[in-house]
Amino acid sequence: MKIARIDFGAAGGPQVTYGPLGEYAGLGGRAMTSLMVATEVHPLAHALGAENKLVIAPGMLSGTTGSMSGRLSVGCKSPLTGTIKESNAGGQAAQVLARLGYAAVVLEGKPLGNDLYKIVINKDGIQVIVDNSLKLLDNYPLVAKLRTEYGDKVAYMTIGSAGERMLLAASIACTDPELRPTRHCGRGGVGAVMGSKHVKAIIIDDAGAKMRPPKDPDAFRDANRKFVEGLRKHPVTGEGLPAYGTNVLTNILNEAGGYPTKNFKSGTYEGSSKLSGEAQAELEIKRGGKATHGCHRGCVIQCSGIYNDKDGNYLTKQPEYETTWAHGGNCGIDDLDTVAMLDYMDDNIGVDTMEMGVTIGVAMDAGLIEFGDKEGAIRLVEEVGKGTPLGRVLGCGATVTGKVFAVERVPAVKDQAMAAYDPRAVQGIGVTYATTTQGADHTAGYAVATNILKVGGDVDPLKTAGQIELSRNLQIATAAIDSTGMCLFIAFAIMDQPETFQALLDMLGSFYGITMTGDDVVALGKKVLSAERDFNTRAGFTKHHDRLPRFFYNEAIAPHNQTFLMKDEELDDVFNW
Amino acid sequence: MKITVKLFASFRTGRFEVETSDYPPGTTVAEIAERLQLTTAELGIMLCNHRHVKLDYELVEGDVLALFPLLGGG
Ligand code: SF4
Repeated sequence: MKIARIDFGAAGGPQVTYGPLGEYAGLGGRAMTSLMVATEVHPLAHALGAENKLVIAPGMLSGTTGSMSGRLSVGCKSPLTGTIKESNAGGQAAQVLARLGYAAVVLEGKPLGNDLYKIVINKDGIQVIVDNSLKLLDNYPLVAKLRTEYGDKVAYMTIGSAGERMLLAASIACTDPELRPTRHCGRGGVGAVMGSKHVKAIIIDDAGAKMRPPKDPDAFRDANRKFVEGLRKHPVTGEGLPAYGTNVLTNILNEAGGYPTKNFKSGTYEGSSKLSGEAQAELEIKRGGKATHGCHRGCVIQCSGIYNDKDGNYLTKQPEYETTWAHGGNCGIDDLDTVAMLDYMDDNIGVDTMEMGVTIGVAMDAGLIEFGDKEGAIRLVEEVGKGTPLGRVLGCGATVTGKVFAVERVPAVKDQAMAAYDPRAVQGIGVTYATTTQGADHTAGYAVATNILKVGGDVDPLKTAGQIELSRNLQIATAAIDSTGMCLFIAFAIMDQPETFQALLDMLGSFYGITMTGDDVVALGKKVLSAERDFNTRAGFTKHHDRLPRFFYNEAIAPHNQTFLMKDEELDDVFNW
Repeated sequence: MKITVKLFASFRTGRFEVETSDYPPGTTVAEIAERLQLTTAELGIMLCNHRHVKLDYELVEGDVLALFPLLGGG
């Protein structure tokens, strides 16, 4: 494996160099991106300036025959949060990049002039090509145009107009197996950093490349078989996620009183059943779409789906729970077709669906449009795509929008919007929102599993007891899983089934020819988190940033009539291991 | 006493989405599950009036009980 660096600031135009892994040997995914950013990027750098780097890294097991291993990490200093950032996506890119032998591709420096670039990566190396004909194309037409030149046997990573305009909610789209730009490194404005390097598209072609060979092929095959068996056997990864997708959570969170409604004003929503995963799956099947679909080849859980419009034509991929919530109940909108349209628009323009949905909720609180105004919500996202002054404000996320329109209730930490779980009804996820290195991010330590879903243990969601330790352990485990290239949803099975966790350890061990124990996984997770925390400290973040917005402490929410109860000193204890 | 039971995901197959019926006083979650032919192994999340309850929880008049299989997402 090697690391490729593209210096966009080089005299005479972008220059590609290839080098050995060096101090980054053995790392992948989030461990690679975070260690590299923490080591090489000045913590006070402007996130859109020459000093920032965009690190693209497949996971430790990406490009192997191991199932679930196709997750991609993209890291940089975040223009949204000012913290370190790792944004993770499915799609085909990670597998293809890893098979070509790249542990990381790093975009560095800043180009002079206005030329727009595309990067072509294949078995012969990396080429950087000027292509100004791609200017301001959004993701769907962009990929359609690129396909006429590069065909259908490649993976595309692209930014839409939002990334080119360097809006803070801009994402990087990765194509799925059918070449739809639907799998996004969504969080933290990584698309804006790609845009700051003037890179519009990365075309990755693994023709002629082979699967990465394990050190011990027999043991690897055996471990992978046990791993897949474990995923098929567990009710969450074997039944629930394939049948209903992540959106099965709508009804659960609503019943548990933790479904943030109309910009976090209530914990239950009267329209929730219309948005539910059950209703969504039924509609998808009725319209000839799919309720079960994998975002990359080799996924055996297949939590995704295909959402057709009422005429039976493809509209978008199955909107996730977080998207359905952000654009749905959070905005008082109870219509799946509107949510799906907004999901398509976000993917096309290239913005984070969560950040956009929460932003629209804040705009509704500001009185820009009414809660429940479906056409209004679509109109506001259209503004983002057009790049009007209002669209640029909205495209910079919930915090910026809240400031511009003087809204006090902005559900964000370190300027990144929260997800679909109210921290007053799910105290454990509040701990994660407050303390993660990433800004509010539910995936960083998914305490919802233990608080609400009763997977991997049982901690009372309404009480403070046990939440700090829970969030700490989940944040450590997640940092490690995000480094393997495995989809985080394997966690449901490995938390409950020791033999499935062992199978994962054996996959890593037999691939690298080492012995891998649970302690090694913990050590890896801590190493990643420590590097990230260190970067954030040097970037000026203190414990006082590890807090929720005050309204969570001051405004009790129905139905539990409760505020966020965790004490500051308790939050400060999360990283004391 | 009147209890409203809501079922979700695969539990709806061959049963119902929501149903209010009469139960004898002191009925527990386990007894309702049994009446619906749901085994304890299948039961994942049990919520009564938005709060998590266990199998031995005794319901009272007007309670709303929501039953889910083990589910996840995120
Ligand atoms: S479980 Fe879902 S998100 Fe994870 S790899 Fe499969 S389709 Fe992608």
